[in-house]
Amino acid sequence: MAEHIFFDKEKETMKRKDIEALQLEKLKWTVNRCYDRVPYYKKIMDKAGVKPAHIKKLSDISLLPIMSKADMRENYPFNLFASPLEDIVEIHASSGTTGKPVVGAYTKNDLDAWSECMARIIAASGVTKEDVAQISFGYGLFTGAFGLHYGLQKVGCMVVPISSGNSAKQLMLMEDFGVTVLIATPSYGVYLSELAKDKGISDNLKLRVGLFGSEVCTPEMRDQIEDNIGIIVTDNYGLTEIGGPGVSGECLERDGLHINEDYYLCEVIDPDTCEPLPEGETGEIVVTPLWKEAFPIFRYRTKDLAKITYDPCKCGRTSARMTKVMGRTDDMMIIKGVNVFPSQIESVLFTKPHIGPHYQLILRKKNYMDTLEVQVELIDSSLLERYRELDALQNDIRSSLKSVLGLDCKVTLVPPRTIQRFEGKAKRIIDKRNETEA
Amino acid sequence: MTINQISVLVENKAGAVAEIISVLAEKKINIYAVNMADTPNFGILRFIVNQPEEAKDLLEREGFLVSACKVLAVGLKDIPGGLTKVTKVLNQNGISLEYLYAFISRSAENACVILNTADVEFTAQILNDAGIPIYGNEIFEKAGLL
Repeated sequence: MAEHIFFDKEKETMKRKDIEALQLEKLKWTVNRCYDRVPYYKKIMDKAGVKPAHIKKLSDISLLPIMSKADMRENYPFNLFASPLEDIVEIHASSGTTGKPVVGAYTKNDLDAWSECMARIIAASGVTKEDVAQISFGYGLFTGAFGLHYGLQKVGCMVVPISSGNSAKQLMLMEDFGVTVLIATPSYGVYLSELAKDKGISDNLKLRVGLFGSEVCTPEMRDQIEDNIGIIVTDNYGLTEIGGPGVSGECLERDGLHINEDYYLCEVIDPDTCEPLPEGETGEIVVTPLWKEAFPIFRYRTKDLAKITYDPCKCGRTSARMTKVMGRTDDMMIIKGVNVFPSQIESVLFTKPHIGPHYQLILRKKNYMDTLEVQVELIDSSLLERYRELDALQNDIRSSLKSVLGLDCKVTLVPPRTIQRFEGKAKRIIDKRNETEA
Repeated sequence: MTINQISVLVENKAGAVAEIISVLAEKKINIYAVNMADTPNFGILRFIVNQPEEAKDLLEREGFLVSACKVLAVGLKDIPGGLTKVTKVLNQNGISLEYLYAFISRSAENACVILNTADVEFTAQILNDAGIPIYGNEIFEKAGLL
């Protein structure tokens, strides 16, 4: 097993009681800052009958109201800021595909804290100052590219800020600059790895690590990327509303994502009742950042589903670990009353031979009944001469999906490269249930 | 004696076949025989052409899924029961058909079918022994097409 690298070993291996003491101190600071400086927070805390002084132990966090995207929208753009605008040095925003974007803001100290969190995650995936890192996330309002950029520079890497798109150039620079670390969404990582293979340049690349984030990456998808270009892929987690990436990331054991607990306090709640769930149960992750000057927030509902364990990790870090995100409460499809996550379907598809890694899910309504069609690319041309195997493959995928999802769906094999590729987050679900189709 | 055939996966959408055929037409590749088999989700278009390797390359470059394989061109008597003779011989020897389609040759006096089995070389041998004519590319050459 590879050697485990730490960025700040002392902080990353603190005893549990020391972590908790530090968390409590920073939680009090955050709650005070919210209450004293942001009228909206004061209003909702007063309404819930909770004062900063009520936070005496970590579990008192459950006294605070839970915040959601709606609270952010209501206060768009700057009403939740706790620092004067002149102290703010950087603004980010979510894509805002369904309305006004959600804004993130950073003071100079905030950028330092953010870089520190990122540097730890980057070091945990085995990256050192000797590495050359290509950032294929889109630069702009999106937090992903800048978060990784700051963290990689803090580690001391040479950063290639190519941004997303222009795949041929991506590969050219990878080859010419001797890039060793790739930062991308998993679906773009798959696409680039396919392209490298097609062009026959996989062997010329020095890539050894991929830090993939901003969308769910199943272990099966990870293995496929690793096979294609021979790299180690790690996952990391965060979202714009709570500061961008930096909440947690995998070490080389890849047995859960280590939470930067001195910077983030994470809870798991039942998404329906909002009640905290016991350790080890899967629920919605709720995050309280403990470092934010410009835009503090508490108990933010992420809509991401995962579980958290406090068991020690083989790497030596003492931090709590969250599992890979298993799905988002708003990605969840309810089909004929059955809850289905795209990640479940992806896990099945990645175990099957003869098909490619890209897929699309199409929901329709037929005679008042929901139907699910899974489209996936057939990449093995020899099956065109063997109908029975083609048929058997289709039936095999369908029956595996049925046993995992508890739902019968239609499996359609389509020609290679007909499913749309994405440079950012993949949009795999097409819901036509409210459309009338010919 | 076998013939090269190419098979192309066809998307289930309007214009998909036209797209494939126009790729071939543009490069002046001649189609001698063609067959389309469909399932509810997609189709497979099979061709006998004058330049099978070029056709395969061309279509692959355009992003189609293409396979090349060897099939048999078999002559039949153009009378009722003509095909029975062939299927009987196959059956007696435990050979099952993957698929079969007919085509017209301007040169052969017989009717012709393209057929594929798990082992075409063996099938050719069996049919040959039974006195059933198996054609090579000359069947197209005779017509002045190759």
